Amino acid sequence: MPAFNFVRKSYYRDSVTLMRLSRDMEAVAGVSAAAAMMGTPHNRALLEQAGLLARDGAAAEPADLIIAVVADSAAAADAARSAAEHALVASKPPAPTATSAAPRTLGSALKLLPDANVALISVPGAYAGAEALKALRAGLHVMLFSDNVPIETEIECKRVALERGLLMMGPDCGTAILDGVPLGFANAMPRGRIGLAAASGTGLQEVTCTLARAGEGVSQAIGVGGRDLSDEIGGVMMLRALELLAADADTRVVCVVGKPAGARVAPRLAEALAKVSKPCVVWLPAAPGPSTIRGHNVHVAATLEDAGRAAVALARGTTPTATEYAESAADIERVGGDAARRLAPGQRYVRGLYAGGTLAYEAAGLLAQSLGEVALTGDGAGHRVVDLGADVFTLGRPHPMIDGGVRREWIDKEGRDAGTAVLLLDVVLGYGAHPDPAGEVLPAVRAVRERRPMAVVGSVCGTDADPQSRAAQVERLRGAGVVVMESNAQAARLAAAIARRAR
Amino acid sequence: MPLLGGPPRVVNIGVDLFATTLAARDVPAVHVDWRPPAGGDPRLAAVLARLDRRREAIDRANATALERLTNGAPFLVDCRPAREALDLPDRTVLHSGPPIAWERISEPVRGAILGAIRYEGWAANDDAARELVERGDVRLDPCHHHAAAGPMAGVLTPSMPVFVVENRAYGTRGHATINEGLGKVLRYGANDDSVLARLNWIATEAGPLLGAGLRALGGIDLRALMAQALRMGDEMHQRNLAATALFTRALMPGIAQVGGRHHAVARLAEFLAGNDQFFLNIAMAAGKSMVEPVGGVAGSTLVTVMARNGTDFGIRVSGTGPRWFTAPVNMPQGLYFPGFTAADANPDMGDSAIVETIGLGALAMVAAPAVARFLGAGGTAEAAAMTLEMREICVGEHPHFRIPSLDERGGPVGVDARLVAETSITPIINTGIASRRAGVGQIGAGVVRAPLGCFTAALEALAD
Repeated sequence: MPAFNFVRKSYYRDSVTLMRLSRDMEAVAGVSAAAAMMGTPHNRALLEQAGLLARDGAAAEPADLIIAVVADSAAAADAARSAAEHALVASKPPAPTATSAAPRTLGSALKLLPDANVALISVPGAYAGAEALKALRAGLHVMLFSDNVPIETEIECKRVALERGLLMMGPDCGTAILDGVPLGFANAMPRGRIGLAAASGTGLQEVTCTLARAGEGVSQAIGVGGRDLSDEIGGVMMLRALELLAADADTRVVCVVGKPAGARVAPRLAEALAKVSKPCVVWLPAAPGPSTIRGHNVHVAATLEDAGRAAVALARGTTPTATEYAESAADIERVGGDAARRLAPGQRYVRGLYAGGTLAYEAAGLLAQSLGEVALTGDGAGHRVVDLGADVFTLGRPHPMIDGGVRREWIDKEGRDAGTAVLLLDVVLGYGAHPDPAGEVLPAVRAVRERRPMAVVGSVCGTDADPQSRAAQVERLRGAGVVVMESNAQAARLAAAIARRAR
Repeated sequence: MPLLGGPPRVVNIGVDLFATTLAARDVPAVHVDWRPPAGGDPRLAAVLARLDRRREAIDRANATALERLTNGAPFLVDCRPAREALDLPDRTVLHSGPPIAWERISEPVRGAILGAIRYEGWAANDDAARELVERGDVRLDPCHHHAAAGPMAGVLTPSMPVFVVENRAYGTRGHATINEGLGKVLRYGANDDSVLARLNWIATEAGPLLGAGLRALGGIDLRALMAQALRMGDEMHQRNLAATALFTRALMPGIAQVGGRHHAVARLAEFLAGNDQFFLNIAMAAGKSMVEPVGGVAGSTLVTVMARNGTDFGIRVSGTGPRWFTAPVNMPQGLYFPGFTAADANPDMGDSAIVETIGLGALAMVAAPAVARFLGAGGTAEAAAMTLEMREICVGEHPHFRIPSLDERGGPVGVDARLVAETSITPIINTGIASRRAGVGQIGAGVVRAPLGCFTAALEALAD
């Protein structure tokens, strides 16, 4: 089928808005693939790889919008274009009033809100650094949601921020809660006495949701960005966040949620933690070699759930304990046994399909402890866990936390694989996430299970106060036969237990 | 102690969903309607990033430049021949816009230059006049190099009387010719006998009378007059009806004192009464006197001159002093007199964009709903949108030029070349439209956008 391109000159829209258009366009009969992207060289290359680029799109400029459609006829392509344009008009920003219009620059926004203190930046990565530096130089703390920011830019932003006593959260910082205000993707969270510093967005969400469900709250949750703990960045913002949390009167317990720390950063992190005169909890993904993080005030947690529970215990003056399952051993035995018995011979593998990157990473680590080798790519032969939020899976399409389309395709794909025994899923709630993420994946889960027996295990990262309500989402999933566990770690353990029993 | 040092107040740049979420929780948040800076041009974005490292110094320089611009106190003090007022040498013809060679000058500007040479008596006909220019016996030079601003073709020769405006805050001066009225006029490239006859009358009767009257008055406070006209529906580029009436009211007592010859006074009064745009040239002279002190503030990215010669659009920026940065001028968009269409139009021309440079004209469009139709069908809403759009590229708001429909806030003033490049919003200029053929004159009116290229060129020079 041929590709059709429609170009609108000088028509910028952010990628989240544009990615929603793909879904509207792909719903049109006769359309097999569609994307709407700004005409940057990078995007044009992506469209070309996907077979979506035609002549008009190839000639587009970075400020032009390309609507690209692969369709069986020009009429179908044109119908997809109208669907996209209809959606674009529907999402237009509010019309300016007589004396104010939407500002076009940070400087203009600061005239409207002169005492602003935070810039929340989510523009494409190539532009994000310049915007962040502008905001820092104007004296604002920055949360930089964008990814694909060059590491040199991150180094410069963080240097400027530290010089000026400001926070530089990110790049690639998905969530933060500052003085009770959630920024980016965050869950509805009571204020409380546990302060967090995190290099991981969904990792932070899993920990905060765990402690909120246990009745505790968050004083501050400071994101630092996924690369902060690398040796290139040197953990500078994590160290700064620890200083702030150590000095913060509302914070009684400090919790660090990490990414694998660089060889030079790990000892500095350990040293900084030892200096915090408050109980600390640390979760870092399994890194090769013995952990250097230890200290009398530091509790190292094995899972995100345990990190949340340990923070709760320390806040309450009790001793942290590890949790394996919320349910009794007998219940787990029964559920696991029932699931395994229904599997056909040859159904042996766990297939994790994740919206949250750190949740995927945690699951892969736990599966590997029990099952041996687990691939973190979509093409391993055995057990595998795929982070569907990674760029390679979201070319011109919405992140799985916003839209279930990509994940439905992967559920269908893994469901057709003869080797799949267990589908392992996460469902992430909160501000910014899809209003019904469980409902987004269930049609695909039902279709798979109508074809043949298969275990589906998952967990819901969220709170009952979230716009989607965790209780309601759990109910929906269970109603469709999904085994919903208390946490991602527990879901991964159960998935591994079922796979071990498979023949 | 809050982590942020105060209640969170957020500027959201990018995904609007995040701002919506904050607003739903009553967190003060402003959403930026962000676009890729510099239209996505990576080279220009790099220039902006380089300048951004000196942001604080540039912002300080711009504050200084803006203060000089908005503190200007223009007084109309005299009207005298350019030979005296400007020390303009013989055989010199001034024109609008940046410098340009004869070969590249458009037809209506050529028509005006040749007409002016005949008017001065340096040649008897157009062919002889052209020869003088081509041989270099008549020198061409921009008005802006001589403390003057010329409307449309902007042609100014030694015997033409010019208004003299003194900026009493800084001791600078600005000059402009006397407006000839509408129809067949030299500034639109018309040059027949009727045009030259009117120029003769202006030089021999109207000019001396105006000069004597102004001297008798001791000067007219133009800042107060313009601020008042702005409140009466003029933006002082497309519409000068109120300003002309206010000027006439202020002038006439002086004319009455000095006007011995009854018929001369009557002819001047009639000329003023029939010329709604008379004040435009005075506003331009005022503008020139106001921008003169703004040039040369080290590091400043404030635009001090925007001018067109029918071929090129040129700007000057405070931090680079007298240096011109040019790009091909755009075609105006607007409404045409009966019998003319866009196909008849010449590319835009004139120094009248000095009016926008000081914060009037298209920048104050919201104050002039009566001429908003030149912008298109929408009228007042589009006029308001234009002023708000211009606010995005201006450093400040004018402390004296306040606009009732902006809740008494000052109109936007002080175009910042950085903001132009960053937003790709180029200044809008109200303008008249000349025929592209010499000798025809004005065929319409409308608006024109400054081309981005001259702003980016200036920034590259400033970044080096």
